[in-house]
Amino acid sequence: MAAKKKTNKPNTSKKDLLHYYREMLLIRRFEEKAGQLYGMGLIGGFCHLYIGQEAIIVGLESATKQGDKRVTSYRDHGHMLACGMDPKGVMAELTGREGGYSKGKGGSMHMFSKEANFYGGHGIVGAQVPIGAGLAFADKYKGNDNVSFAYFGDGAANQGQVYETFNMASLWKLPVIFVIENNQYAMGTSLQRGSSTPELYTRGAAFGIPGESVDGMDVLAVKAAGEKAVAHCRSGEGPYILEMVTYRYRGHSMSDPAKYRSREEVQKVREERDAIEHVRELILQGKHASEDDLKSIDKEIKTVVNEAAEFSRESPEPALSELWTDIYAEA
Amino acid sequence: MAIEILMPALSPTMEEGTLAKWLVKEGDVIESGMIIAEIETDKATMEFEAVDEGIMGKILISEGTEDVTVNTPIAVLLEEGEDASAAVVSIAAAAPAPAVEVAAPTAPPVPAAAPVAATMPQDSEIPEGTEMKSTTVREALRDAMAEEMRRDEMVYLMGEEVAQYQGAYKISQGMLEEFGERRVIDTPITEHGFTGIAVGSAFGGLKPIVEFMTFNFAVQALDQIINSAAKTLYMSGGQMGSQMVFRGANGAAARVGAQHSQDYAAWYAQIPGLKVVMPYSAADAKGLLKTAIRDPNPVIFLENEILYGQSFDVPVLEDYTVPFGVAKIWREGTDVTIVSFGIGMKYALEAADRLAEGGISAEVIDLRTLRPMDTATVIKSVMKTNRCVTVEEGWPVGSIGGHIASTLMQEAFDYLDAPVITCTGKDVPMPYAANLEKLALVTTDEVIEAVHKVTYR
Repeated sequence: MAAKKKTNKPNTSKKDLLHYYREMLLIRRFEEKAGQLYGMGLIGGFCHLYIGQEAIIVGLESATKQGDKRVTSYRDHGHMLACGMDPKGVMAELTGREGGYSKGKGGSMHMFSKEANFYGGHGIVGAQVPIGAGLAFADKYKGNDNVSFAYFGDGAANQGQVYETFNMASLWKLPVIFVIENNQYAMGTSLQRGSSTPELYTRGAAFGIPGESVDGMDVLAVKAAGEKAVAHCRSGEGPYILEMVTYRYRGHSMSDPAKYRSREEVQKVREERDAIEHVRELILQGKHASEDDLKSIDKEIKTVVNEAAEFSRESPEPALSELWTDIYAEA
Repeated sequence: MAIEILMPALSPTMEEGTLAKWLVKEGDVIESGMIIAEIETDKATMEFEAVDEGIMGKILISEGTEDVTVNTPIAVLLEEGEDASAAVVSIAAAAPAPAVEVAAPTAPPVPAAAPVAATMPQDSEIPEGTEMKSTTVREALRDAMAEEMRRDEMVYLMGEEVAQYQGAYKISQGMLEEFGERRVIDTPITEHGFTGIAVGSAFGGLKPIVEFMTFNFAVQALDQIINSAAKTLYMSGGQMGSQMVFRGANGAAARVGAQHSQDYAAWYAQIPGLKVVMPYSAADAKGLLKTAIRDPNPVIFLENEILYGQSFDVPVLEDYTVPFGVAKIWREGTDVTIVSFGIGMKYALEAADRLAEGGISAEVIDLRTLRPMDTATVIKSVMKTNRCVTVEEGWPVGSIGGHIASTLMQEAFDYLDAPVITCTGKDVPMPYAANLEKLALVTTDEVIEAVHKVTYR
C-alpha cells in the first residue's frame, strides 16, 4: 500500500478540523480503553477494535443529515461513537451490563440505537449489506430523501449476498452508499490472497454502480467523497460505492496475534499515514489551535473515556429475569 | 391408426382442469407443435400443443367443460383417409386400458379437487349465524394479504413472480393491479439478498410479506431469517424488531423430488424469536395470515401446494382473524387423541373417519401454530383419552411429534396408557418414483395402524 499524499484543504474551517480531531481521538482512546478492559477480563468474547480506521466514520458522518441511517459489521464501536451514541452505554454493553445499549444482551458485535439511526452491529460477515439496502428501501418507500450507509470490510466484499444486493439496489435505485472499509486483511487473509481483483471500488461496475477509491486515512478526502456520494443518492440516482483504503493497527479481534503481517508494516502506516496525526498537523500548521489547546482536548477526551469505563464497571449485570425478556414484542 | 389426445397434466399437482377453448375444429389438419386448445388449471390458463400430426377427427370434450380429469381422452386424431366414426368406436372399445393404467390403484390421486369432506367445527370466534362462503386456501391467502394491505400502508409484498406473473402459485392474483408496483414487488431470484433487504426495511419501519416460491429456496436465506430477523429484538435489548411475514409453499408437492419436497415446520419451530404458523383450512389460512401480518414479530407462515386448490368454508366477516397459540379441536372423541397440523390434518381426519366405522372414537386436534404451541389443549385431551398419535409430513428426528411426546411424558405421564406414537415422513430424502414417493410420505393407513397400537384394539 503506497503512502498517499494527504489532502490539505486550506478552506477547511477551524471548527471542522477541531471536530474531526476530537471525534477521531474519542474513538481511539475509547478503543484503547476497551482493549485494556478486555485484558482485565471485564470484556469477554470477541472484541474488534477500530484503531487506525477512525477517519472513515468521522469523515462520512460529517456528510450526513438527520434521519440518515447506518449499519455496519462487528467492528462497530467507532461508528456508534461517531453517530452520537453515548460512550457510557457503548462501554457498558461491552462489559455486559444493564446500562449497555442492549441491556448487556448484545455485546460488542450487537448494539443498536433507534434514536441515533444506528441499525447494528452485525456479527455475520456481509449480512449487514442487504440490511443497509433494506433501510434505504424503507426510506424510498416512505418517500423521504434520506440515505443509508452500509459499511463492510474487504473480506465481506467477496460475499455472495453483497452482489445480490448490488443488483437489486441498482435495479431499484435505492439510496444506499456501500462503504468498503478496505483495511487490507480479512482476518488473517490479505486482500491479494482473497480477492481475484483487488480494486474493490470497481466491484459494482457489472451492476452499473459508480465507485471510487478514497484515501481512508484522510478525513478530508473521506468527507469530500462522502458528500459526492450522498448528493448522488439523495437526488435519486441510486447506489454508490466508496472504497476506503485504510489500515487497522490492531489484530482482527483481541485474540488475534496478527502473525500474518510484520511489525514494520504496521509501524510504517502509523508513522506515515495516521489519520489523527494528519489533522493534528493541519490544525497546528494553520494555527487553529496551540499544542496546549490540543492537550486540553486530549484531557477532556480522556475524562469522557474514563467516565465511560467507570460506568461500565459500576453498572450492575442485568437482572436474571432479563434472560426471558425481549424475545417477542407484545402483539 | 387413430390417436387419442388426452387431457394433459400441466403442473405437478394438477388432477383436473377446464377445457377452456378449442383452437381447431374437426377436419382441420394438425401439425406437431400446433396450439390446439387452451386449458385452465386453478393456477393458470395454458396453451396445449399437439404432439402428433394428422386430421382432427372428433372432439370428444367440448370447450367450456369443467373438471376434466387428467388423462381423459379429449379428441381423436386421424390419419389421412381414416374414418372418424369408426376410429372413435374402436378407441372407445379399447379405452379403459390407458385410463386405468394411469389411475392405477397403487397411486391413488390426492382428492384435491373435491371440497374437503370433513366439516369444520364452529369456531368460538365466529358469531352464530355468520354466513359461510366456500373458498380455496389460495383465495383465502390472497384475501388476507389484500385486506391487510388496504388497512396498513406499511405492509408490502415482495418475492419472485408475485407481481406481473400473479404469483408462481397464483396466490397474489390481482394484487399488482390493486396495489401497484410500489407495494407488490417482483424480485430477482436471489433469496438471500432480497430477504436481507426485507429485514432491513422492517428495521426501517415497513411490514414486509416475503413470499418464497417454496420454502426449499428459503434455505438460501436462512441466515437472514434466523440471525437477522429472529434475534435482533433480543440482541438490541428490545429496541428494534422486525415485523414481517415469510410465507410460501412448504412440504412435498407431488413428484418434484428431494430438493423440492421438504417440510421445514420443525426447523423453524426451534427458533426463539420466530413465530411459526402452519394452517390446514382456508378459514385458518385467512385468519392466521391476517394475525401474522399484524404481529410485531417475524412470522414463518408455512403453506402447502396441495392444499392451495382445496375449498373450505370461510366465514364472511369484515375482519376475520384467528389468534396464535390456540389449537382447534376438529373432532371430539374419547379413545385416542390425534394431533396434527397443516396437510397432516388430511390424514388425521381421514383416519378418524375410518376409525369411527370400526368403533374407535378419535379426537382430532389441529395445532395451527407451532410457535407458540397450544400444548395445554393437547394435554387436556390426552387426560381424557389417555392415548396419543401425532401426524406430520416432516422427518422423524427432532420432529414436532417428538416434542409433543416429550411434553406429554413430562406433564401427563400418569395419564398415558400407551406410548405416544409419532407418525412422520420416512427418514429419507424424497424419491422421485411415484411408488417410492408414496412410501416416503406419511399415510392414513399408518395413522390408523398407530391408533390400533396405542388403543390395543
